[in-house]
Amino acid sequence: MGASAAGLSAAETLRREGYEGEITLVGAEPQPPYDRPPLSKQVLAGEWDADRLALRADDHLADLCLDLRLGVTATGLDLATREVALADGSSVGYDALVIATGVRPRRLPGEGAHVLRTLGDALALRERIGPGAHLVVVGAGFLGAEAAAVARGLGAQVTVLEPAPVPLAHAVGAEIGAILAQAHLENGVNLRTGVSVTAVACGGVQLAGGELIGADEVLIAVGSLPNTEWLEDSGLTIDNGVVCDEYCAAAPGVYAAGDVARWHNPLFGTSMRIEHRTNAAEQGMAAARNLLNAGSPKPFAPVPYFWSDQYDMKIQAYGYLRGHEEIAVVEGDLAERRFLAAYRTGDRVAGVLGVGMPPKAIRPWRQAVATQAHWESLGR
Amino acid sequence: MRVELDEPKCVASGQCVMAAPDVFDQREDDGVAFLLTEEPTDEQLDSVRESVAICPAAAIRLIES
Repeated sequence: MGASAAGLSAAETLRREGYEGEITLVGAEPQPPYDRPPLSKQVLAGEWDADRLALRADDHLADLCLDLRLGVTATGLDLATREVALADGSSVGYDALVIATGVRPRRLPGEGAHVLRTLGDALALRERIGPGAHLVVVGAGFLGAEAAAVARGLGAQVTVLEPAPVPLAHAVGAEIGAILAQAHLENGVNLRTGVSVTAVACGGVQLAGGELIGADEVLIAVGSLPNTEWLEDSGLTIDNGVVCDEYCAAAPGVYAAGDVARWHNPLFGTSMRIEHRTNAAEQGMAAARNLLNAGSPKPFAPVPYFWSDQYDMKIQAYGYLRGHEEIAVVEGDLAERRFLAAYRTGDRVAGVLGVGMPPKAIRPWRQAVATQAHWESLGR
Repeated sequence: MRVELDEPKCVASGQCVMAAPDVFDQREDDGVAFLLTEEPTDEQLDSVRESVAICPAAAIRLIES
């Protein structure tokens, strides 16, 4: 269930591993599987057309011999009879199930604001931002920051409203968050932190204190919610995602992968739900392999990875940065926005974040995270 | 078998280099991937298929002839 990166990866892996039986791939959106990261980058900028987003060429998709059902959402799951109910009134029986229904954007009360998750969302926003337009972005996370950067590039006037004192502080730390925010200020973004938006209002957004911020267009980028409503009566454990063990299993014969899955990552000894593009593909693969080898499953213990493009900055991070206790700049210079920062959690290297750093500089640090290197052993 | 890399799509994640280090490498300046060989050996095919699967930009294609 779910025909985006994780669902496709699971289906493709089943075939690569030699499974020749039926595979049904059900997707809520009408398009064949497509890629999302470019939506807030090249697509929003008008540099790429929609046809560049296909995750697989038509002939490759055909070779997978899938029963591909698009434009249909799931409405229920019956674990006892092994059936998924679909919104068109039909149902699909299964021997094994991979849940990859992803997330959807959080919204705010009020009508008329954009969100940015689907191709349709990106095309709708792209049509409305250009020179002279005033775009208000609610939320200075990675998605909001990328959209703000693209809108500035298109000549729009951009205001970013963020409730936290420092954007992204919870994700990358206050010091690094402030450095990334500085790039927006230097590029002419009106960044207001510590302000809470309560609703989308006529002609703008309403702040908690009552102030109205005027806007031609509003983009809400305040995080996402896992698409698990259809599983509520299924008996699966749902807790901000489909709860899985370290093998991505949610129940016998039932696996979850991608943005919707909360699983125990043994490498970090904690439960996590990762909304990164690379995790979708890797977890789809892992779930499919464990599904086929249920007698000897392998733990899914990846080093999470994400990247973000903003202005001339390429931000890349490996590991699990949340909950870190210390940050050390190990190369480069924060002020020049060309640096490598290592993150400590406990006595381990938990992650690394680089801006504008060559692969040769980052790779050993990824390795340090993967091998759970001791912070002190790095001789700093 | 031939590997194709859609370079403008590459996001410099280096996933392919980790999966198939004898087929892919990354440019030092911007991390964009490049091919060390366009025609992988039979022994390299599994790792190339892995690269195709995990590339976060869907920038790699294996043309099976």
